[in-house]
Amino acid sequence: MNAVRIALQGCFYAGFAVLIGYFAASPSYRHFPEETADIKVSFSHGAQRKGGCRPRTPEELAKLPPNMRAPLLCPRERVPMLLEVEIDGRIAMRGVLPPTGLSRDGTAHVYRRIPVSAGTHTVTLRLRDSERTDGFDYEKRLDLAFAAGQSLPVDFRAEWGGFVIR
Amino acid sequence: MIGLKSFLARGIEWLERLFDVAFGQRHNPLHHLGALGFLFFWVAFVSGVYLYVGLDTSVAKAFASVETMTHSVWFFGGVMRSLHRYGSDALVAMLIVHLIREFAHDRLRGARWFTWVTGIPLIWLIYIAGISGYWLVWDQLAQYIAIATTEWLDWLPIFGEPIARNFLAPSSLDDRFFTLMIFIHIAVPIMMVFVLWIHLQRVARPEYLPSRTLSIGTMVMLIGLSLVFPATSHAPADLLTVPRTLKLDWWYLVIYPVIERFGPGPAWYGLVGFSFLLTFLPWLPPLKRAKAAVVDLAHCNGCRRCVADCPYNAISMVPRTDGRPFLEEALVDPALCVACGICAGACPTSIAFRTTETLPTGIDLPDASIADLRRRIRQASAKTKGGPRVMVFGCTNGLEVERLGGDNVAPVVVPCIAALPPSFIDYALSRDLAEGVFVVGCAETGCANRFGVDWMSDRLGGRRDPRLRARVPRERLATCWARRVERGRAAEELAAFAARLGALAPAVQPEPPKRVPETVP
Repeated sequence: MNAVRIALQGCFYAGFAVLIGYFAASPSYRHFPEETADIKVSFSHGAQRKGGCRPRTPEELAKLPPNMRAPLLCPRERVPMLLEVEIDGRIAMRGVLPPTGLSRDGTAHVYRRIPVSAGTHTVTLRLRDSERTDGFDYEKRLDLAFAAGQSLPVDFRAEWGGFVIR
Repeated sequence: MIGLKSFLARGIEWLERLFDVAFGQRHNPLHHLGALGFLFFWVAFVSGVYLYVGLDTSVAKAFASVETMTHSVWFFGGVMRSLHRYGSDALVAMLIVHLIREFAHDRLRGARWFTWVTGIPLIWLIYIAGISGYWLVWDQLAQYIAIATTEWLDWLPIFGEPIARNFLAPSSLDDRFFTLMIFIHIAVPIMMVFVLWIHLQRVARPEYLPSRTLSIGTMVMLIGLSLVFPATSHAPADLLTVPRTLKLDWWYLVIYPVIERFGPGPAWYGLVGFSFLLTFLPWLPPLKRAKAAVVDLAHCNGCRRCVADCPYNAISMVPRTDGRPFLEEALVDPALCVACGICAGACPTSIAFRTTETLPTGIDLPDASIADLRRRIRQASAKTKGGPRVMVFGCTNGLEVERLGGDNVAPVVVPCIAALPPSFIDYALSRDLAEGVFVVGCAETGCANRFGVDWMSDRLGGRRDPRLRARVPRERLATCWARRVERGRAAEELAAFAARLGALAPAVQPEPPKRVPETVP
């Protein structure tokens, strides 16, 4: 093998190494703009049942097997929830969260990222999880200072009183 | 499609020619892409096993353990980590070039569909293994990948609760999720080995590693790259911040900017659609397949040469069915046969000197029989004018031998150069059909039918049956292993060969060939 051939092989190997090495970490990718923060609203919550419970009539109870004669008839289906996120008085997100499951009796889920500019903002979170037609069952208003690149996780726990900043 | 393939094939052949200058045809890396892929896979596999020993698989300590390996145990940890990354990256590079090259050379249709189609899941597995590996470092890049991947997966209606919720806040992430990722990162490469085995089921004598020269050069290159440009981490992951500027590994992570640009749904549609397109490429457009090789039991003595030479495992030996006193007979699987004719070239009964016009042989191609070959040799010889007369044997996949030389040249094309039984060279010279024979095939180790050039070289060199008889004057025989884009070089070599022939004394005709019985005794 002559020197020219070895030198050429060296060039090819070096070229391949540069190609592999360069694209292994370059060019840089700007995933998220500067001076921007993120609100992540994500929770899993079971809304109230659609329609209230009512007592079974004696005729209905008689038709049931003895071990299934529960006095109250409660529907399985849950109501769809309404979620609203308002930032500085403007609606940033508003969406209906349907219950999951074939019988529409499962919990509803949401996972949403809302970008905001860095700085102080008033964030209002609202959730309706009942059959009411106006207003909300839960509401939380927060004055928050967002740093650039911050991610604010917002969860919802009914047992903790509603929206939770984690 | 044909135009695109032709354009790509031409470009690749020019590139291959460039590599020939440095590596020679035999060690040309573009001829060994699959084997190089294997080498890179094993580099990643072995370095991965090594790194696993030092990796702390908890969310809290994963990053610190990788940093310790990278910086505190610089050589045995840092270089191994870099080898792991660059070996994996080079595997993707090989995959891309291998895919384009096989497509351009149309080595995906007909009987070859199986090898092509079983390669598609490998692409997915390579990417799953690579992406899950980046996750384990648990730096900001890992955080970005974890969140982007789970958000992308959540688009599919298969998860009850969004799995991206696992990355909502530091408290929501536990070690079990990490354990799952480690399991994926280890299980998928093992699965790849199994799929690779399936991928090569219809490939005879697969090349599992490149030549020693190429392997050493490649390893030196990888180690050099690891030393000069060691792989490092981003800042540690923090789920209360959003990673902004990232040093993406574009070999693996190119899909993420696509997801962000077009959304998760279109990204899924694009990826699955592209996979389907790749899967169905072997039938776009449908190929009119040449008829598979046919065994003639009356002339098959079960010598196994066709089995040994078939590049596609299309022939097997089975117990004799015709009562003749041989243990076995050859059996062709038409689904695997690409009609390259190498089996006919290997058959000891493919002899041109028989007096019968039908010229029966043990195994033959219905569309390009050896009887037809002898007839074409005679016709081509009859058309030559002037001298010295040169019979040029070429193959359908190689350069166009019809466009070489002038009136003194008799071009004869066979499906693959190894489909030419050596006795036909003897026949052309001893029957005064030409003063010289010029054999043109694909580049060494770059044969369209994998082993055509190797087998032909070995037959002519007396290293493989059926050997070219010793009586054939070697000064009247020349070979040229060239690409389609190297017609100029082939023409020059042919002209030089013709000039040498002109300077030789007139050929002394050998004794009349011994009569060969019509059937194998």
